[in-house]
Amino acid sequence: MTPEFALQYLINALSLGSLYALMALGMAIVFGVLRLVNLAYGELIMVAGYTLFVLNDSPLPWLILAAGAVAMAMVASVLTERIAFRPVRVNSLNAMLITSFAVSTLLQNAALLLVSPRTRAVNVPGVLSQNLDVGGFNVSMANVLTIIVSLGLLFGLNLLLRRTTLGIALRAAADDFPMTRMLGVRADRVIATAFAISGVLAGVVGLFWVARIGSVIPTIGAGPLLIALIATVIGGMSGLSGAIVGGYLLGALTVGMQLLLPQGLLDYRDAFTFAIVILVLLVRPQGLIAGRSAARVG
Amino acid sequence: MLSVAQVEARYGAIVALRDVSLTVEEGELVALVGSNGAGKSTTLAVVAGLHRPTGGTVNFEGTSLVGRAPEDVARLGISLVPENRGIFPTLTVAENLRLGAYLRRDGAAAVRQDLDGLFERFPVLGQRRDQQAGTLSGGEQQQLAIARALVGKPRLLMLDEPSLGLAPTLVDRVFELVGELHRSGVTILLVEQNVRRTLEVADRAYLLRTGRMEASGRPSDLRALVDIESVYLGGGPTTSTADAGPG
Repeated sequence: MTPEFALQYLINALSLGSLYALMALGMAIVFGVLRLVNLAYGELIMVAGYTLFVLNDSPLPWLILAAGAVAMAMVASVLTERIAFRPVRVNSLNAMLITSFAVSTLLQNAALLLVSPRTRAVNVPGVLSQNLDVGGFNVSMANVLTIIVSLGLLFGLNLLLRRTTLGIALRAAADDFPMTRMLGVRADRVIATAFAISGVLAGVVGLFWVARIGSVIPTIGAGPLLIALIATVIGGMSGLSGAIVGGYLLGALTVGMQLLLPQGLLDYRDAFTFAIVILVLLVRPQGLIAGRSAARVG
Repeated sequence: MLSVAQVEARYGAIVALRDVSLTVEEGELVALVGSNGAGKSTTLAVVAGLHRPTGGTVNFEGTSLVGRAPEDVARLGISLVPENRGIFPTLTVAENLRLGAYLRRDGAAAVRQDLDGLFERFPVLGQRRDQQAGTLSGGEQQQLAIARALVGKPRLLMLDEPSLGLAPTLVDRVFELVGELHRSGVTILLVEQNVRRTLEVADRAYLLRTGRMEASGRPSDLRALVDIESVYLGGGPTTSTADAGPG
């Protein structure tokens, strides 16, 4: 393996892993406080994608468009919580799960009706298609940016969860929600915050995901949703670090398969990847990072 | 201060409380005793807003607590240290205490001063402030749970079986602490299975039996009754902690 090849692999794996980690984290942060697997999570990525599509011809600088897309995903996330999840929260976990499925279908169909069922091209800023010279090696700017932005986001989120009272309350709620409320922390506030963070993560994922594909369709969220689910499961459903570990591992695995499989088997890359995931779960059914369980909130 | 009247509560079809009435006046230490499954913890859960009663009234200083969310009950100054202690295992000791002060509005300096006082009272918490709370021993966790409630400066402190599962020397410490808190003016509603020790510290006590208030009065009045009661139940006098199960 040449050094350039190794560097390429490392950067590809880190970049894809970063995206997968963000996807999983956005899912895990809501799961942590509500024990809800939010099946409408992929549609937040879709919202970010269509925001970029709508603003395709806008003269605004790309950074502003990106911020707008992330903001829209966050608003969509908070709104779905407020309108759809909050009213059924006291009923049962199943009610919320079904609701999330309904929200997912609803949002997809809205995109289908309002825009088009067909693939729509999204303008990707030139900077993302450039290559960067690192010590004489060519690496893609998109990958480097993905890694930098993701690590920045993980760092910022860590600060938020460890230094701010609201962040600490969010972690406490994942440990024991009723007790958190008995200390005076409003359940609605904690849950809305979790959905807001989830939306921001989905929005940032949406930016890079759409930039990779160069287009958006109503079902764009299905892939990321599946990846987020698998990454949180292999990482361990108990905590946020599990989601991050799972995401990077899945990213490295996927890129590794791409590299190692012979040409004829490349079409089956995902089958091989998921076979390894199954093996991991056979050995460690609780996920790589074992954890705790706690009661859900009514 | 707190008045619970004719409260009925159910878990599905099972009636946990049939007719429970009690009052707690400011500055009092009131004990709620009774055997396993008598409904002691449920009574506290009803007051704390964790469990909605199907009948009766619960008032705190003239405000009805029925149907109020736990966070709103907490805002009125009611604090519950639950039987399982309710500490956050993945948070550090310091973070647990920080959330205990969540509702404090008198400034960080005042909170820090109170924390220093608590660390003096519970030195082990000061030594382990950056350690994950889940790594503490049972006795240390109980201290943390009580300290976390105290840093919130509750008007009414409800303790659910604080001596449960603790070694005998620690049980002594817990009852000493409860007595100390009481003398310093904290209003306390104490649920315990350790009846003998509880009646030693309480101003007044209620005896709960299968969801009904069986008796109430001064500890001396209840003591005789409780002795009969324990003979009744065949469990021996409820003075040992070793057989204490969840209430």
